[in-house]
Amino acid sequence: MMKKIRVLVAKPGLDGHDRGAKVVARALRDAGMEVIYTGLHQTADMIVNSAIQEDVDVIGLSLLSGAHMTLFTDVTNLLKEKGIDDILVVGGGIIPEEDIAPLREAGITGVFGPGTPLEGIVDFIKGNVKR
Amino acid sequence: MYDKEKLKELERRKKDWEKKCYLPLTEKVPERCPSFENLSWTRIDPLFGPENVPDFDYLKDSGMPGEFPYLRGVHPTMYRGKVWTMRQFAGFGTAEETNLRYKYLLEHGETGLSVAFDYPTLYGYDTDHPLARGEFGKCGVAISSLKDMELLFRDIPVGKITTSMTINGPAPIVWAFYIANADNRGIPRTQIGGTIQNDVLKEYIAQKSFIFPPGPSMRLTVDTFEFGTRHVPRWNTISISGYHIREAGSTAVQELAFTLADGFEYVKAAMARGLNIDDFAGRLSFFFNAHNDFFEEIAKYRAARRIWARGMKELGAKKPRSMLLRFHTQTAGVSLTAQQPEINLVRVALQAMAAVLGGTQSLHTNSMDEALALPSEKAVRLALRTQQIIEEESGVASTADPLGGSYYVEWLTDRMEEESNRYFDRIARFGGVIPAIEKGFFQREIAEASYKFQQEVESGKRTIVGVNKYQLDETVGIPILKMDEKGEERQLARLKKLKADRDNNKVQRALEALRKASMGEENTMPYILECVHAYATLGETCGVLREVFGEYKEPAIF
Repeated sequence: MMKKIRVLVAKPGLDGHDRGAKVVARALRDAGMEVIYTGLHQTADMIVNSAIQEDVDVIGLSLLSGAHMTLFTDVTNLLKEKGIDDILVVGGGIIPEEDIAPLREAGITGVFGPGTPLEGIVDFIKGNVKR
Repeated sequence: MYDKEKLKELERRKKDWEKKCYLPLTEKVPERCPSFENLSWTRIDPLFGPENVPDFDYLKDSGMPGEFPYLRGVHPTMYRGKVWTMRQFAGFGTAEETNLRYKYLLEHGETGLSVAFDYPTLYGYDTDHPLARGEFGKCGVAISSLKDMELLFRDIPVGKITTSMTINGPAPIVWAFYIANADNRGIPRTQIGGTIQNDVLKEYIAQKSFIFPPGPSMRLTVDTFEFGTRHVPRWNTISISGYHIREAGSTAVQELAFTLADGFEYVKAAMARGLNIDDFAGRLSFFFNAHNDFFEEIAKYRAARRIWARGMKELGAKKPRSMLLRFHTQTAGVSLTAQQPEINLVRVALQAMAAVLGGTQSLHTNSMDEALALPSEKAVRLALRTQQIIEEESGVASTADPLGGSYYVEWLTDRMEEESNRYFDRIARFGGVIPAIEKGFFQREIAEASYKFQQEVESGKRTIVGVNKYQLDETVGIPILKMDEKGEERQLARLKKLKADRDNNKVQRALEALRKASMGEENTMPYILECVHAYATLGETCGVLREVFGEYKEPAIF
């Protein structure tokens, strides 16, 4: 049997908009993945530590406050610092078009804005998971 | 109200019509879907008539506008006397930038102000707090002290215009900034008017910018009721909000039921303190969402007025003012699409129309670019113009409750009231709103509804124009608001200078006095005002309360 993909769905920073994170978490679970939801108000340290402890394959970040350029890249920078390169990082939220390319460059491989079909996120993770 | 014999005849005729006309046609030409449902999954019949509201008693269930149970509106003249307040929720970056936006909006015909704060402010942190990283000015304006509040309202007549402030956990402190600013400008406290959101229950349920555990939060809320009643009589000390419950993914029925359940919970808490219901109830206000299903939204506002009036009477209210459900409306941010953003103008216009037909007292219309970023000047101007067109051109403001008496709307209003009552029973079985929050009841109900809705969008059962139907291949770009990149630096410098220039002994004394008061049972408002007048910052003042009350951590349910 194939190992199930393990995903950490995380809410960095102070943003309380959690509808998207919860809907995506359920969709990933329904697609057969194991999902851990961090809850709100996570720092980059907390997210990376949870990812290591839970031995996840994917980190999914959700942020609707506009602070994604700082808070998403804090997570990927910390992963790099710790020499972790086999966790796929994806993110979603209120993200203007012009921020998508720099986020991808910073290691947030999949960036999903409003209106993204859930299936698209599931397929992206299945197609890009690194281990 | 209807003649029993006539109703019987009508029912016979309707059955006839179904058999001879309606069903044969649906066999020949099937309807567009097997069942028509609104956004609360209520099945909508092909036709409504008097037989759907057979027990409708006009004088008991409806009455005139300005009369119990206020189904038709809270004022006798409704918009013939005064139109709703056009109040655009706005704030970003520094106080100076937002001050310019307010002046721009007022210049273009806005009639009330509404402050959006950034996340650090919403959580009671100053801009220099480590958790504020990346969030400065992003989804609202940063207000760390009275100094910032002074700049935010520079050259704005706070004695004349009313201001709504979306602030919850640290509401007493931010309200104190506003009051202190008026004090310093020589404007009497009895003259300033506005609203603080101050609705912590819905923070635990939906918006999630809570700070303290429920017990101390309720105590602070009642402190503001008591202080407002005595000293700031034109201020709405709470805006009991369904907006965020809906944005978190609830149905319209859940929005209605959970919001009013919260409302009654606050009234009971204030009465438990010994306050007289008729002394404070007139200053409770509400805030609802205006979502896509046009008639369901209108029925929701109407039902809300009637449930509140009846409930308040039952709780012992005597003054008519105490039974009035006055509310602000904002169009549904969650319904906006990032795809083909201009079509949001049309969505917002319809949602705003529902709010006006539902009898709102004030209205915010979202801007077309808000699924992408905070609104640009042009986008917010168009949003305001939408309200002006409804007021000046559409004719809907000429008579009270124009849809009252529509069989469909009256049926839906009754039904939403019934479903709401069923939710009240379920909440009562938990032992009230707070135990239900602690058991995750509201959070689960909302998560279920939002996931079900999203699945229906995925399957194509629900259409979102531009997203799962009528898509365009190319991206439609629109200009995005750019903020002053040096704003954060200036804000940090201002904070540093403030702490160096003020009388720090006075600040310490005021903070210690607040600590003592919050450990006891005294009203905290006078002590908070002492702190802010001494230029203690938001973070320092809220920090004292954090130390005394502790912080709330929510169970992570999905």
